[in-house]
Amino acid sequence: MMRRAMLLAGAGLVLIGAAAARPVTYALPPEKEIILPTGAGGELTQAQCGACHSLDYVQTQPRGKGPQFWKDAVGKMVKIYGAPIEPGDADAISLYLAKTYG
Amino acid sequence: MHEAMHVMPVFLCARGAYHRAIGMETGVIDRRQILAGISATMLAGCGRRQAEEEAGKAAGLADRVTLPFANGERPLVTYPQKRPMIGLTVRPPQLETPFSVFGEGAITPNDAFFVRYHMADIPLSIDPAAYRLAVGGHVKIPLSLSLAQLKTDFAPTEIVAVNQCSGNSRGFSDPRVGGGQLANGAMGNARWQGVPLKAVLERAGVRGGAKQVTFNGLDNPPSPGIPDFVKALDADHALDGEVMLAWGMNGEDLPFLNGYPLRLIVPGHYGTYWVKHLSDIMVTDAEYDGYWMKTAYRIPDNDCACVAPGTKPDKTRPIGRLNIRSFVTSHIDGAVVNAGTATEIKGIAFDGGTGIAQVLVSGDDGRSWQPAALGEDLGRYSFREWRVPLTLGKGDHRLKVRAVGRGGETQPQEPRWNPPGYMRNVVEAITLRAA
Repeated sequence: MMRRAMLLAGAGLVLIGAAAARPVTYALPPEKEIILPTGAGGELTQAQCGACHSLDYVQTQPRGKGPQFWKDAVGKMVKIYGAPIEPGDADAISLYLAKTYG
Repeated sequence: MHEAMHVMPVFLCARGAYHRAIGMETGVIDRRQILAGISATMLAGCGRRQAEEEAGKAAGLADRVTLPFANGERPLVTYPQKRPMIGLTVRPPQLETPFSVFGEGAITPNDAFFVRYHMADIPLSIDPAAYRLAVGGHVKIPLSLSLAQLKTDFAPTEIVAVNQCSGNSRGFSDPRVGGGQLANGAMGNARWQGVPLKAVLERAGVRGGAKQVTFNGLDNPPSPGIPDFVKALDADHALDGEVMLAWGMNGEDLPFLNGYPLRLIVPGHYGTYWVKHLSDIMVTDAEYDGYWMKTAYRIPDNDCACVAPGTKPDKTRPIGRLNIRSFVTSHIDGAVVNAGTATEIKGIAFDGGTGIAQVLVSGDDGRSWQPAALGEDLGRYSFREWRVPLTLGKGDHRLKVRAVGRGGETQPQEPRWNPPGYMRNVVEAITLRAA
């Protein structure tokens, strides 16, 4: 964040000082949200997982891996990636994912 | 959390607010902003959408493809500077090269080169005039180099090298493993233009006792708790003269999503080391122990980088060199060819840098093999094209291809397995129907 702020500030300064300088921008296509199937914990999963990454990360995972696979995946997001998800919510998300995606 | 749960039904339909909240315009994504956006939307109120959207209706959908493993349906997506690509994920963008591209030639076109990011806060605006590469840490003179300085103060160099994702082909792992479910298109071969990292490090003056060199880019985690994507090479590797800072790819500026304006090129090594939007180089006097080296991107510490399927390794090491692979690019699985006349079979092969010595092709499921003619040698880190005429009698034939490196390495007949699904290099096989 800090680095981005500095970069943009730097770009602004250059724009003032030299007309030739121009940032190169990249326009990502608009993101269409992916709506997970309804079910207990679905909305929680939608919001919590979708906060950090698109939900195709969830949908493209192999199916039928069982509850532990999803528990491990959610646990990794919380423990390693620091996702601010309460333990109770993490359990509910794991259960939803296991029920929905096997 | 209770508050978040309360607003969630509204969140589902709050597309406009959602996009603003996740910072689509700026690329800055912050959970707090999302929650703020949800709250704002709650006040506005809206009806919940009924229809479930599949991943395929994601950004820029042109069509769909089905990769040859379970749950392999993907959208074909269109991004600036890219032709239609296989969309793996949207945020951050991950794009796989349609395999037919590899039949176009030994060099993968820029607009078809795969894209892999780890975290959602990717840079979307970079001023090439303001851009600086910082070189610091265990050096005599810390540097801050502009692109212009990199291009004029050092002797430019170029190399043709394959960049392959560690998890290329992960979707074929059996048993399946979690992670990006890729077919064989998370690889590409390009001619990279830039300067040797060695020259830049020598300008800074590496101090005695240097152990490693770390590389960071402008992409950032979506929230502060997530470890930033930083990779490390041993100091002697970083100083080998081949590792390179590249601004050019096939004679053009790097495409934005491939690391504009500068990325690390680590010939013969997996893409995880090829840090994009490179901004910070640090020489360290101790082994770097960040998450992306110490915990992620590790392979079983044995000769095959493999364990019995479904088991865990006792000991691991960071992933390193590419293993040897070869593919048929002229025909897809199930293709129909003329019986009784020669069909030219073509493909590519590559390894971690010894170069390809031989490519062997079998038209009878591996019972007999014949050598293919190798194409132009673009360097030992490049794809090497090959071709062989094959005459098949009527019926179905199992075609296999196996490369041999100049160091004697070859591909295994049976797939090796490891928990992260890295380094797949089994002998590839397709079925041809001669009629």
